[in-house]
Amino acid sequence: MADDGLAAQAAASTGNVSRDAAAPGENRFTINFGPQHPAAHGVLRLVLELDGEVVERVDPHIGLLHRGTEKLIEYKTYLQALPYFDRLDYVAPMNQEHAFCLAVEKLLGTTVPRRAQYIRVLYSEIGRLLSHLLNVTTQALDVGALTPPLWGFEAREKLMVFYERASGSRMHSAYFRVGGVHQDLPNKLLADIHAFCEQFPKTLDDIETLITENRIFKQRNVDIAIVDRRTIEDWGYSGVMARGSGLAWDLRRAQPYEVYNELDFKIPVGKNGDCYDRYLVRMQEMRESVRIMKQCLAQMPEGPIMAADGKIAPPKRAEMKRSMEALIHHFKLYTEGFHAPAGEVYAAVEAPKGEFGVYLVADGTNKPYRLKIRAPGFPHLASMDHLCKGHMLADVSAILGSLDIVFGEIDR
Amino acid sequence: MNLSELRDFLTPKLGDDLVSANLVLDELTLNLRREAIVPVLRMLREDEDCRFTTLIDICGVDYPERAERFELVYHLLSMTKNLRLRLKIAAGETVPVDSVTPVFPVADWYEREAFDMYGILFSGHPDLRRILTDYGFEGYPLRKDFPLSGHVEVRYDDLEKRVVYEPVSLVQEYRNFDYLSPWEGMNRTLPGDEKAG
Repeated sequence: MADDGLAAQAAASTGNVSRDAAAPGENRFTINFGPQHPAAHGVLRLVLELDGEVVERVDPHIGLLHRGTEKLIEYKTYLQALPYFDRLDYVAPMNQEHAFCLAVEKLLGTTVPRRAQYIRVLYSEIGRLLSHLLNVTTQALDVGALTPPLWGFEAREKLMVFYERASGSRMHSAYFRVGGVHQDLPNKLLADIHAFCEQFPKTLDDIETLITENRIFKQRNVDIAIVDRRTIEDWGYSGVMARGSGLAWDLRRAQPYEVYNELDFKIPVGKNGDCYDRYLVRMQEMRESVRIMKQCLAQMPEGPIMAADGKIAPPKRAEMKRSMEALIHHFKLYTEGFHAPAGEVYAAVEAPKGEFGVYLVADGTNKPYRLKIRAPGFPHLASMDHLCKGHMLADVSAILGSLDIVFGEIDR
Repeated sequence: MNLSELRDFLTPKLGDDLVSANLVLDELTLNLRREAIVPVLRMLREDEDCRFTTLIDICGVDYPERAERFELVYHLLSMTKNLRLRLKIAAGETVPVDSVTPVFPVADWYEREAFDMYGILFSGHPDLRRILTDYGFEGYPLRKDFPLSGHVEVRYDDLEKRVVYEPVSLVQEYRNFDYLSPWEGMNRTLPGDEKAG
C-alpha cells in the first residue's frame, strides 16, 4: 500500500496517471463467474472479488443442480433409492452405488459372493478411469489445450460401452445391488475389457506426450494452489487432493472393502501439492487402476453374483416359473422391498474424487429414515476461497479443474 | 487402539459431557451435551492419542416427536490412527448450537447445509446463509413435515418473458403406497385371534 501511495504521488507529480498508480481500492471489482461458464465444470456460480487481477475473495454459490436427492430417498425403498446414486457423480456412477450398497449390506449383515466382489472392484476401477480421464483432459482444456479431451473421450467412450454391456446403460447403470450385482458378465465382455487394459496404457502415454511436459500446461499449473498438511486437515480433504501433497491416504488400502486387500497396487503420491502434482497423481492412478482391473480379470472366480438370501436378492426368472416361493419373493421385493433393521451406519468408498460416504439411519421399515450423502467434492469446493486467495484470476479455472468437482454430487 | 479401547479412553476424559457411548456394527457413537461440542472437537483434534483431524461430515436428522427435534451428527476420521468416530448432539428449532468453524474451517459449509435443510441455528458462524436451495427459498426441505413436492414450482412465462414462481399444483396426487402390511412377521396380536400368544 505504501508503494502504491508513492507511485500515486510520483504519477501525480509528472501529471500522468497510469493504471498501476491507481489509488488503493480503485482497481477493486467484483465479477460473476458462471453459472454458465465452460470452465466451471457444471453449474457453478463464483462471485469473485478482485484487486486488479488478484483474487481477494471467492464466494461459490452452489445448489443450482440441487434435486433434493436425500429427501427423495426418504420416500423410496432401498432398491428404488439406488439409481439416485448414479446421478450424483455422473462421471463415475458405479462408485457411488457401491457406497450405498456397502452401507445397506453392513446394516443387514449380508456377505457378497466373491465373484460379485471382483466385478464390483473391476467396475469401480473403470469408474475411476472414467472420472480421471475426464478430469485430466478437461483440466488441460481449462488452461487452453483442446486436443487432450478429444483423445480422452475416445477412451471414455469405450469404457462406457463396457458399462452398457454390463448393465444396459451407458451412465445410469443401477448395476450394483444390495447383496451383489444385478447380472453376471459374459466371457466375451471380460475378454474385451482385458483387451482394453492391454491397449489403454498406450493411450495414457499419448495423452502424457500432449500434456505432461507441455510448457503452457506447466506454466499454468506448477506451484498453483499448493496444499499443505494443515489445509488437508482443516478442509477435510480426501482422495487426490490429499495424496497430491504426499499424504498416502487411500481407503482402498487403509480401510479395505471388497477384495482390495488381496490385490497388488501402489498408491501414487505427489510431492509439492500443487495442481500439477495432482494431475500427475491422477495419471499414475489410472495406470494402477489398469493393473487392478487386470488382476480382477485374472483372479475372478466362477460362482454366484448375488447373495443367496431370498429376502434381499430377487429370484432367477426361470425359478419364478416353477417355484411359488420364488414368485412370492419376487412380488414382495419389487413392491414392498426388503426391510433393513433399525440402526445407523456409515460406509465410505474411495471414489475417484475422494471419500464418498453414505450415512444411513434406518428405522426398521423398507425405506431409509435419513440418508446423508458425503460427497468428496463438497469440502473441496468449500476451500475454494482459501485456495484462491492471492492467486490471479486466470488461476481460478486451473484450481477449479484440479479440485475435480462434479455438481451432481456437490448439489445432490 | 481399537474402538472399544477408544471408548474406554474417552469416557473418563469427557466426564459429564458424555451422555452415552454405543459401539454398534463396529462404529462408535458418542452422545454429547450440546454445549460441549466445540471443546470436545478441539480436544479430539489436538489430543496426541486421538488425532481426529478430519471432519468428514456434519448432518442433521429430524425426529419430530422429540422435544428437541433435531440431532446433529458429526463424523470424524483420524488418518493417523485409522479410526472413525461419530458424535451426536440434540438441537431444537430455536436454540442455537455453537458453531465448530473455529476448530474446523470446513464446518462452514456443513453447518450452512444443516441450517438450509433443517433450520438448525449456529451461533458464532461467520456467514450463516442458505447454500443448496434457491435464492429466496422459504422453509426447510429436509424436515419431516415438509412435503416431498415442496410448496412452489417454477415455469417460464411466455407473456412475462421470465421465470415465475407459483404454488405447486399436482395433476395427480403423489402416491405414497404403504406396503407395510399389518401381517409383517406376524408379530402383532390381531383382534379376535385367539390362537395368538
